[in-house]
Amino acid sequence: MVPFAGWDMPVQYQGVIAEVKAVRGDAGIFDVSHMGRLSIHGAGAASFMDSLVTFSVMTLATGRARYGFMLSDNGGILDDVILYHTQFEDGSDMLRLVCNAGNRDAVKAWMAQQSQAFRGVTVIDHTADTVLVAVQGPRALDIVDGLCPDEPKPSALRPFGAAPFPLTVGDGAVAEGFIGRTGYTGEDGVEIAMEAAYGGRLWEALAAAGATPCGLGARDVLRLEAGLRLHGSDMDLTTTPLEASLERFVNMDKGIFHGRDALELQDEDGLRRKLVGFRMLGGGVPRHGCDVLYEGETIGEITSGTYSPILDTGIAMGYVSAEHTAPGQRVHIDLRGRLVEAEVAELPFYRRPKSQ
Amino acid sequence: MTEHPRELRYTIEHEWVRVEDDGTATIGVTFFAQDQLGDVVYVVLPAVGSTVQKDSKMGEIESVKSVSDLFVPVSGEVIETNQDVIDHPERVNEDPHGAGWMVRVRMSDPSEVDGLLTNEQYDSAIAT
Repeated sequence: MVPFAGWDMPVQYQGVIAEVKAVRGDAGIFDVSHMGRLSIHGAGAASFMDSLVTFSVMTLATGRARYGFMLSDNGGILDDVILYHTQFEDGSDMLRLVCNAGNRDAVKAWMAQQSQAFRGVTVIDHTADTVLVAVQGPRALDIVDGLCPDEPKPSALRPFGAAPFPLTVGDGAVAEGFIGRTGYTGEDGVEIAMEAAYGGRLWEALAAAGATPCGLGARDVLRLEAGLRLHGSDMDLTTTPLEASLERFVNMDKGIFHGRDALELQDEDGLRRKLVGFRMLGGGVPRHGCDVLYEGETIGEITSGTYSPILDTGIAMGYVSAEHTAPGQRVHIDLRGRLVEAEVAELPFYRRPKSQ
Repeated sequence: MTEHPRELRYTIEHEWVRVEDDGTATIGVTFFAQDQLGDVVYVVLPAVGSTVQKDSKMGEIESVKSVSDLFVPVSGEVIETNQDVIDHPERVNEDPHGAGWMVRVRMSDPSEVDGLLTNEQYDSAIAT
């Protein structure tokens, strides 16, 4: 167990590589209850959230989720978030936000500050009284379907679809799981939010159905292979979504939002640096903080790296000056004094095979 | 119960040494070390023929989670490195005291071995 943003987190259960293989080939479960879970209520909730994130909340349909960013007014990334839109049987709406554990306080403070301009908006923090369990891998949906006593089953969700489902969690108890077909591994799968009292039994039920318990170590390898950025490493308040090469999650046509003007200016001025992927051509594993060199000159820095079991080599992401971002560009990475050859690689490193 | 065989000697830096019948020393990392490191994915070893000094850095061992220096427990000349462990670093996890060995050294001062830890001393060192 290691401390992580105030939570005790398992790094590994049986071993990082075995867990990675379980997720790529079968199904793994991750306790990601540390991630922040907030709900936003009130008549102005949608327009309030629309002013805070880089995607359109006004066009976010019921039962759908979107990924994007909360930006500072300078365009820096305060956090990357997923927002889910749910409708209850009585017709009332709710927005649920999942944010990073380490940013929950900053996100809440920013929301509290900005919500003053919106009448009747309330934000409730559910992090402590719910769990969040990710079930990921080609067999993830089968396993979750197996716990659902009703029709339709969770596999009826489309990617980035989300809805509540009843789930049988040990000793015959049925609890409601709010299930989104989302994840952080590059595999198909879901994330399940549930009342904390049922958390242990949900975990046991998923494990009993054959899902492999996975820790933070495997999660980091999987997300890197899938090219998914980690806030705090690959992006933060000093980087913008354009620099992080995530402009596809920014909707410049939707109207005003915090950070928009800064992004527009940066787009006009041109980027000086950009996040790219790296594949090692020599041995060793690139890590956060390693320098990237071109013809002996430092052109950037690694923000996260790992060993990829699928590619059987080191992989990384990092920022380099804009003229060196073309895939295939040869560079050197300084691994503790050893200059090892690498090339700029297309992201993601791994794309799951299309299901038949 | 110990995972660390009685016939090996150990260092606080988690290397083991086995003195072979011909007087050479085989060196690797301990069961405890590989268990702490997790999946080993890369190993850097010294060149055959190089001279190494006791307690100096001889290479690196890298797992998915972290990278650590390897120290040489005895002085001498490197006469062999384990190519199998370079090609298949997972050998270190599978069999740390056997197939996962790293280098063989012709010792310049075999009495250095006497100063290394016994398995009992090593076990109590890692228990604290």
